Amino acid sequence: MRPSAIRLLNILVPVKRAVDYSVKIRVNPQQTGIDLNAKHSMNPFDEIAVEEAVRLRERMKDAVKSIKAVTIGPPKSIETLRTALAMGADSSIHVEIPESAPAPEPLAVAKTLQEIIKRQKDGVDVVILGKQAIDDDLGMTGQMLAGLLGWSQATFASKVEIDTVKKEALVTREIDGGGQEVRCRLPVIITTDLRLNEPRYASLPNIMKAKKKPVEKLTPADLGIDYTPQLEILKVSEPPQRVGGGKVANVDELVAKLKEAGFTAV
Amino acid sequence: MLRTRSIISARALSRSYATATPPHALVFLEHRQGVLDSGSLSALTAAEQLGGKVTGLVIGAPEHVQGVVDKVKNLKGLTSILHSTSPQYSEPIPETVSPLLEKLLSDSPPFTHIVSATSSFAKSLLPRVAAKLNSPAISDVTSVEHDSSSNSTTFTRPIYAGNAISTVRAPSSIPIKFFTVRGTAFAAAQSHDASEAQSSPLEPVEVTNSPTDHVNTSLTKSDRPDLGVAGRVVSGGRALKDAETFASTLHPLADALGAAVGASRAAVDAGYADNSLQVGQTGKVVAPELYVAIGISGAIQHLAGMKDSKLIVAVNKVNPLSTPLDIYLRPIKDSDAPIFQVADLGLVADLFEAVPELVQKLKA
Repeated sequence: MRPSAIRLLNILVPVKRAVDYSVKIRVNPQQTGIDLNAKHSMNPFDEIAVEEAVRLRERMKDAVKSIKAVTIGPPKSIETLRTALAMGADSSIHVEIPESAPAPEPLAVAKTLQEIIKRQKDGVDVVILGKQAIDDDLGMTGQMLAGLLGWSQATFASKVEIDTVKKEALVTREIDGGGQEVRCRLPVIITTDLRLNEPRYASLPNIMKAKKKPVEKLTPADLGIDYTPQLEILKVSEPPQRVGGGKVANVDELVAKLKEAGFTAV
Repeated sequence: MLRTRSIISARALSRSYATATPPHALVFLEHRQGVLDSGSLSALTAAEQLGGKVTGLVIGAPEHVQGVVDKVKNLKGLTSILHSTSPQYSEPIPETVSPLLEKLLSDSPPFTHIVSATSSFAKSLLPRVAAKLNSPAISDVTSVEHDSSSNSTTFTRPIYAGNAISTVRAPSSIPIKFFTVRGTAFAAAQSHDASEAQSSPLEPVEVTNSPTDHVNTSLTKSDRPDLGVAGRVVSGGRALKDAETFASTLHPLADALGAAVGASRAAVDAGYADNSLQVGQTGKVVAPELYVAIGISGAIQHLAGMKDSKLIVAVNKVNPLSTPLDIYLRPIKDSDAPIFQVADLGLVADLFEAVPELVQKLKA
C-alpha cells in the first residue's frame, strides 16, 4: 500500500543581474541613466533566494525534486545563472533580451514568470525571489506574480518551513515594528528579506560542475510577452549633495553646537 | 485575461479623447488596532497634491473602524471616506483584502489613482491588486505632479539606494495609477476645522477559501517614540559590542534626547538590536530633525536610510593600531569613515567615553 502522496517540490528561483552593491553609482552626463560600465553581480536578495532553495533541499533531501533558476536579461546575464547553478540550482532558463534594451518592468517580469510556470510540465510549488532589486528598489515583482496567478504570497521572509504532507509553507515575515507568521497553502510566492540566510560562496568544484548544467534559452517572443515599457523615464539625476564633514573637538563643543541648533535634553 | 485587457484598452482610448477630467485618488488609510498609521497621513498629502478629489479607504475589525473614521474625517485633503468592516480585516493580509479593492476598481470606477504609504502591508497589497488589474505600479515616490490636460502623472523616486533620482511619468494609457509614497517626503496631513469628509460603508468581500492564513503578529513593545516618525533618532552600529552594551550605552542618550532608537544593519545582523530598528536602504528610511550615529561607519546602504535627516551627528573612534601590520588589515581609519562625510557634527572619540559624557552634559 503506497503512503499518501507527498508532493515533491519544484522550486523556481528568479534572479536578476544588477550593478554590484559596492559600486559607487554615477549618473551619466546625458541624465538618462547611470553609468553601467561597472561591476555587476546577482542581486543580493536573489542570492538569498537561491541559498534558501538550496537549504530547503539540504533540510528536506529528496522532497525537493528540482531547483530551477530563471533570469531575464542581456547575454551577460548568463553569468548570473551560472552563479545560481554553482550555488546548487539544477537547471536554468535565460530569457534573453538585447544588450541595449531597457530593463523590463515588474509587470512584464511577472507575466514572463507566469508563462514560464505554465510551461513547466512538473508544475511549480514554490517561487522564491528577492524582495527588491537593489538597482530600481521597486520591490513589486513577487507580489505582482502572486496576483497574476492568484497564489498565496509571503513577502519579506525571515524564516521558511515547508510541510510537504500538509502541502503548506509556514513563513515568518519581517514587518513594520516586528514579525508576522503566515501559513501559506502551496503553491506559494516567497520574497526574501535580508536575514533569511547568509548565502554561500560557490566552491570551485561546484563552479566547474555548473558549466555542464542546462541553460534553456528563450526570447520574449517565444513566450508572447511584450516588454515595451508602460512608464516613461524622463530623467535620472543626482540627488542633492549633502555637505558634511563638520567636526567638533570634544563633547563640550558638541553639546554647545546642539544647543545652538535647538537640541537640548527633554 | 484577454477580455480584461481589451476592456482596459477601450477605457484608456475613450479617456484620452474625453475632456480633461480631474483626478480622483483612493488613499489607503492604515491603522493598527485603531491607531492611525502616520505613513498614511503622508500618503494623503501626496494624494491631495494630485489636485482632485480624495477618498480615504479604512478597513478593519468592527470594533476599530468607526474610531478610525472619526479620527480621519477632519483631515485636510480628504473629500470622502469609504469604510469596510469584517473580522477578516482585523489582521488583514493581501489575499483577503485584494478582492475588496478589485471589486471597488472594477466596472468603471471613479478612481484614477490608488495611493498608500510604503508600509509592509501596503507594499505587499498594492502590487498584487495592480497586477490583477493589468496595471503597473510605482513605489517609494518622493514627489508627485499630475497634469489633467494630458491625464499623466509624473513622479520622482530614489533608485540605487538613493544615489540617483528617477523622474518617471505614467501616461494616460495607464487608466489607474498605483503608487506608494515615501513617508519622509510628504508632511503628514493635519486636521482642520473646515467641513468633515462624508463617510459611507462599503460591503466587505468575504474570502472563503484564502490560500493564506494569518497565524500570529508580534510587535516589539517600546515606550520610546516610533522610529519611523520620531523627530530625533539615536542609532547604533557594530562597535557597540553586544545587545546589553548597545542598550546600556544608547538608551540613556535616547532618553535624554527624547529620541527613538535605530540600528545599522551590522548591529542588527550581530543581534544587538531587533530588525525593526534597522535604518537603511532595505530597512527604515528616516528623516528626523536630529540623527545621532554612534559607532556607525556609514555604509552606502545605511546612508540611504538617513541622509535626509536635518542635522546629523556622528561619534566614532579611531582604532589604535596594535601592530604595524594592522595598517594592511585595516587601512581605513574610522575618522575617515563615510559617516563623517555626511555628518554636520562629527566627533572622533571613544564612544564608550564620549556617550556617557554627552548624556551627563546634556542633562546638566
